[in-house]
Amino acid sequence: MSADGARPLPLRPLPVGAHGLLIELDRAEDVEALHAELLRRTADGTLPAVREIVPAARTVFLDGLADPRGLIAELATWQIPPLTTGDRPAVELPIRYDGPDLADVAALWDVTPEDVVRLHSGTEFHVAFCGFAPGFGYLTGLPEALHVPRRDTPRTKVPVGSVGLAGPYTGVYPRSSPGGWQLIGSTDAALWDPRREPAALLAPGTRVRFVPQPAHRQVPGPAASGSDRTHREPAR
Amino acid sequence: MTDRALSVVRAGALTTVQDLGRPGHAHLGVPRAGALDEPAHRLANRLVGNPEPAAALETTLTGCAVRLRAATTVAVTGAACPVTVDGRPAPWGAPVRVPAGAVLDAGPAAHGLRSYLAFAGGVAAEPVLGSRATDLLSGLGPDPLADGAVLPLGPPHGPPAAVDAVPHPGPVAELVLPFLPGPRDDWFTAAGLRTLATGRFRVSAASNRIGLRTEGTPLERARDGELPSEGMPLGALQVPPNGLPVLFLHDHPTTGGYPVVGVVPERFLAPAAQAVPGTPVRFVRISRRPAPAAHSG
Repeated sequence: MSADGARPLPLRPLPVGAHGLLIELDRAEDVEALHAELLRRTADGTLPAVREIVPAARTVFLDGLADPRGLIAELATWQIPPLTTGDRPAVELPIRYDGPDLADVAALWDVTPEDVVRLHSGTEFHVAFCGFAPGFGYLTGLPEALHVPRRDTPRTKVPVGSVGLAGPYTGVYPRSSPGGWQLIGSTDAALWDPRREPAALLAPGTRVRFVPQPAHRQVPGPAASGSDRTHREPAR
Repeated sequence: MTDRALSVVRAGALTTVQDLGRPGHAHLGVPRAGALDEPAHRLANRLVGNPEPAAALETTLTGCAVRLRAATTVAVTGAACPVTVDGRPAPWGAPVRVPAGAVLDAGPAAHGLRSYLAFAGGVAAEPVLGSRATDLLSGLGPDPLADGAVLPLGPPHGPPAAVDAVPHPGPVAELVLPFLPGPRDDWFTAAGLRTLATGRFRVSAASNRIGLRTEGTPLERARDGELPSEGMPLGALQVPPNGLPVLFLHDHPTTGGYPVVGVVPERFLAPAAQAVPGTPVRFVRISRRPAPAAHSG
């Protein structure tokens, strides 16, 4: 182990088709550390050409490799530093803690809704990976005691900008869609704008903080079945 | 008349703008999209003198008809279909000069599923993340064509290149899909893997640009449950709980939690774009090339 704590990660490379490699790791932290290392090696030109680098819950998927087998051999020798909190500032997302499931989440956490606001907005999140829809980031950072199940019955329509919890993740719906996450709030931040560079506000590896705003919505969202947009959360 | 555009006279069942897609954004949850029958798409562009990645139209089963505002060289490839210009027969698989104001009609597919209509200068719809392709999963790119819609065309690139030999495709009598096993073949029993390699499947009518669904004997699983979501390649044979493999096509989701029993290499995917529902499907297990001799790995 080197001075900065770099070490080989326990990883299992699985070939995918002719030009892909799925690298399986034991822990979400290891996935994020390997992903950061892959981005570093892409930036400094020491990673073989690759078309996609897709981190997920327990894996990083590389596609478009000329020689996946060569990379498997190389991977075993990599010294990978632990994930640092990073030198770039965190993306701050304004949030109104006005979600229809706030009370349910408070009950699951065994705290008051005010405590949910305090605990959630006091957490530094990380975009572990994206998926489900363009710009939808799976944010990790909540301790295990605060992980919650999905709703028993998914909503047929979750309004754009809804902030929800499911399992270890917090997510922000980049567009209106069906969904089963426990909705604790909403944001006006433009998560996804393909005409912007970068299009996704929350790319994998990005640090995120939620900054509470008064629970008042100037422009009512579209009427959404199963979602009570008039639900007001007490000011802090 | 210098207005280079087309207006849609008959949109057909599903006609989309397609180019070679937007690879490189899967980590943001953005599917690749792009023409499903890529060789046919590239050929259509070559026939009209375009660079191969230019945007063209991809039809589904019933073809489409468009009016060209300015005189334009066009070509129809992919699924074989009757081609007319203002009602007069025109060749399939060859450059056709369409006069200003005339209607190009690519009729219903005689066999196959998706025809490609290329226009000199290419379809100049607004690009999104470097591509003009319609992505039906996430809604990026231009909307599917609707009657009366207008799409701009780019300036022509010059005369078409030398002749291309254009073989007339026959019907896909049987869709043969070679696959490399894994990464999650260990989620299936030996019997389940045998079912995949020897069983009879058919193309399901529920197929679309996201995936080619199959009907047949379900694959027996060695374990239940789902995987934590993981990256999914084009050509993945993903097996949902009903046990019937879904071949992921260009608009497939970038991650998923059902096990991928095998992957069909990209070079074998074009016939899947042309297999109509009911077509028999055979999956053939192939091996990875042996490691280079100098390497023991």
